[in-house]
Amino acid sequence: MTEPDRAPVGVLALQGDVPEHAAAVAALVGAKRVRSVLEPADLSGLGALLLPGGESTTLSRLLDESGLRDPLIGAGRGGLPLLGTCAGIILLARELEPSPGGKDPLPLGLLSVRVRRNDYGRQAESFEAPIPFPDLPGGPFPGAFIRAPRILSVAPPARVLAELKGHPVAVREGSVWGLTFHPELSGDLRLHRLFLASAGLLP
Amino acid sequence: MGAVPPFSIGTDRLKRGFARMQQGGVIMDVTTPEQATLAEEAGAVAVMALERIPADIRAAGGVARMADPNRVRSIMAAVTVPVMAKCRIGHTAEARILESLGVDMVDESEVLTPADPFFHVAKRDFTVPFVCGARNLGEALRRIEEGAAMIRTKGEPGTGNVVEAVRHLRQMNQEIAALETMTPEELGVYAEKERVPVERVREVQVLKRLPVINFAAGGIATPADASLCRLLGADGIFVGSGIFKSANPRETARAIVEASMHHTDWTRLSRVSSGLGEAMKGLEISTLAPDQLLQVRE
Repeated sequence: MTEPDRAPVGVLALQGDVPEHAAAVAALVGAKRVRSVLEPADLSGLGALLLPGGESTTLSRLLDESGLRDPLIGAGRGGLPLLGTCAGIILLARELEPSPGGKDPLPLGLLSVRVRRNDYGRQAESFEAPIPFPDLPGGPFPGAFIRAPRILSVAPPARVLAELKGHPVAVREGSVWGLTFHPELSGDLRLHRLFLASAGLLP
Repeated sequence: MGAVPPFSIGTDRLKRGFARMQQGGVIMDVTTPEQATLAEEAGAVAVMALERIPADIRAAGGVARMADPNRVRSIMAAVTVPVMAKCRIGHTAEARILESLGVDMVDESEVLTPADPFFHVAKRDFTVPFVCGARNLGEALRRIEEGAAMIRTKGEPGTGNVVEAVRHLRQMNQEIAALETMTPEELGVYAEKERVPVERVREVQVLKRLPVINFAAGGIATPADASLCRLLGADGIFVGSGIFKSANPRETARAIVEASMHHTDWTRLSRVSSGLGEAMKGLEISTLAPDQLLQVRE
């Protein structure tokens, strides 16, 4: 049996800002414990999995082509701690508000939120703003929102960890966490640390 | 809490971060909403809205300019993935027009006819991020110094011949490797020769790579080409003429997306390479007259 606190931490490596998440995890648990997840076999024995930012339509398509969709849903329901950022929270969501044109990815349904893609606008509207984070020691978190999704509603048992201007930007349901921004671009490891600690992966 | 947090847009973090979200992916040249939809369905991470694809620009001759804004708008309306568009080198007005249309990234591109013989666009002044072509480290660092948030190889666009993209990737890798053993004095000499601040060179020496994402572009026509460029360190792939000049654009597009993602999975690559029909015909670089080479435009 794998010792929980020494288990590898996976980063879904199909597409997106995988190296940035891998670097953040490596800084906390050591590079040897970081594992790229590209196929179902890569999920075995993981202590947690991060779903990076990227293009959610592309990622959704690649989840199907790599055969990862069902194993990932199974792992999430089985309690594997998951952290999704930006496109990652779109993949984790229970429901997506349809985009005009109606071509949306199929989410995994592991986090009880309803999300609308690119709801803050196109790249010109991407923004940085400090996020007040009540549970996080050390003050507001530097938020980078890039063509970010917006969380439209949160249903129990999911709960809001942080809001910005009245909209939830960080949500947690048991061991599944979703953020609409990019802690992996901020150089601030506090959220990665909090997530990995809550998964029992840090001393 | 109370205090409204300060708010910023158009920062380097947001511009470079946008490019980072494209990593591992394939960005496809399209000229119509239908092509854009096909690209999105095939798994493109973004599309490049163009008046003509590079092979047709090459064939048409004359002055190649920014696309008609109506064309860009119709493509933006057709897809939810990011939309990029090209302006001429140094054409600040075209870049501003594209920015006002709301494109997600501007490609200041040698595929179009250069507009300013002296200067590139001052990209730091913009909110929209830019990608620029580069054949070597010095060229990449000059563009980054001007504000480019992403670099791509120039390759030789519209040829379906990957050799120049490979040359530019190898050139970049060799120059970055050579920095490793340089003394501070040698770094200074290198920076002066390349007309960039020495801090930029030092940053690359420490990172052992460019500080921004670097994609391969210019002549990529097959899944195997995409894999080769990724093996040489490209963070992702631009495909211009390679898709819509192939016998089977839909399957070719899908195959190149899979090849970029799983670029060392040879079983998968052999599967996705099978039965695609004829790739674009392609041009031998040595048959091009010097004035037909687009990569020399800087």
